[in-house]
Amino acid sequence: MAATPVSTEVVTLKLNDRDVSATRGQTILEVAREQGMEIPTLCFLEGLTPWGACRLCMIELKGSPKLLPACTTKAAEGMEIVLDSDRLKKYRKMILELLFAERNHVCAVCVSNGRCELQDLAQKNGVTHVRFPYRYAKYEVDSTHDLFRLDHNRCIMCTRCVRVCHEIEGAHVWDLKGRGIETEVVADNNLPWGQSESCTRCGKCIHACPVGALVEKTTAVNEMKKRSGFLPYLTTMRENRP
Amino acid sequence: MSKPKIATCWLDGCSGCHMSFLDMDEFLVEFAQKVDVVWGPTVDPKEYPKDVDVCIIEGAVSSDEDLHKLEMIRSRTKILVSLGDCAVTGNVPGMRNALKVPQLFERAYVENAAVNKRAPNWGVPKHLPTARPLHEHVKIDAWIPGCPPPAKAIHFAVTELLAGRIPDSTEYTRFGK
Ligand code: SF4
Ligand code: SF4
Ligand code: FES
Repeated sequence: MAATPVSTEVVTLKLNDRDVSATRGQTILEVAREQGMEIPTLCFLEGLTPWGACRLCMIELKGSPKLLPACTTKAAEGMEIVLDSDRLKKYRKMILELLFAERNHVCAVCVSNGRCELQDLAQKNGVTHVRFPYRYAKYEVDSTHDLFRLDHNRCIMCTRCVRVCHEIEGAHVWDLKGRGIETEVVADNNLPWGQSESCTRCGKCIHACPVGALVEKTTAVNEMKKRSGFLPYLTTMRENRP
Repeated sequence: MSKPKIATCWLDGCSGCHMSFLDMDEFLVEFAQKVDVVWGPTVDPKEYPKDVDVCIIEGAVSSDEDLHKLEMIRSRTKILVSLGDCAVTGNVPGMRNALKVPQLFERAYVENAAVNKRAPNWGVPKHLPTARPLHEHVKIDAWIPGCPPPAKAIHFAVTELLAGRIPDSTEYTRFGK
């Protein structure tokens, strides 16, 4: 059997003027994180298929007029990439502000206050206030499940719940309904979650959710601790199955 | 040189931000020596002066009275600072915004009342359709998020302002802190 030439397996590229090498097939995000270089992400969760929805991880590729999402863009030979230009910082701030303006994230009365990825990213990216008018639209809170609660006011449409339930738990309870700003996550065929026959009550979606949208019922303000660290572990187990 | 004139204002908030201000403890002594506090809930004067340097405002804009006050303050003040999540985001006062005002009154004064089941119709300011952050009504120059913002964040912001700089308090506070 002919050995595969090394050049097809390893590519070299530049991240912020740093020369790095990557395995073919790795995403820009994976390469950057291996190098200890930070790119903010929200819909990405290690262990789940990248989705490319939130656009927070956008990077600049030399020669491309478009910005590209680092979580879904594969590293290729000779790429020259910028991770944190003023333009990228400006857009990242804007995306975070739009997420806050779209639904009702009243952080002060949220069970995830202090442990929320959206809140952390806002602080890290210099969001002191939201320049867009708040919509203050009405959203439901689904408390029909005996263990868990879904608060649509706080959902940011990252689909981490959809993917973890489908890809890891294999139950596929969650889907999206509607379009654009009307989009919402739904259990089964738009049933109250408590009536879902497919939910195994495993709790994976609770811990995959980056904000206070999916939470345990018994938690009060500031109390919800999320643990998503189990995901890469489960994924690796599945991939290495004999 | 005369001391900078500082005011503070309490709109639709719980006064927690003013409490956090008072939590600056010994710095308040230094603060009192460096500035003149010319108006606000902690001092006497009734009339807002014409040439205030900085006004730090707590609370959302929820009523016509809040709005008049805010516009008056804007026209007489160089630098306006939104203090706390109600002023910065609408926060808890804004949780009524998905309801119309008559529905809100029904819920607060009739459905959830044990006695005297009726909404007040005199002597209280008129509600605006929604409670909103200050910067959706007037120009704001600096923001200190948090519910309430920690005293450290306020201390930092005030120190920066006294040094003639516009503070960026993200290192010390965030939404919901
Ligand atoms: S608890 Fe488990 S099975 Fe039920 S919706 Fe969440 S991830 Fe799916
Ligand atoms: S419920 Fe949570 S995990 Fe699901 S889409 Fe909304 S924010 Fe993401
Ligand atoms: S993390 Fe890449 S698009 Fe959301």
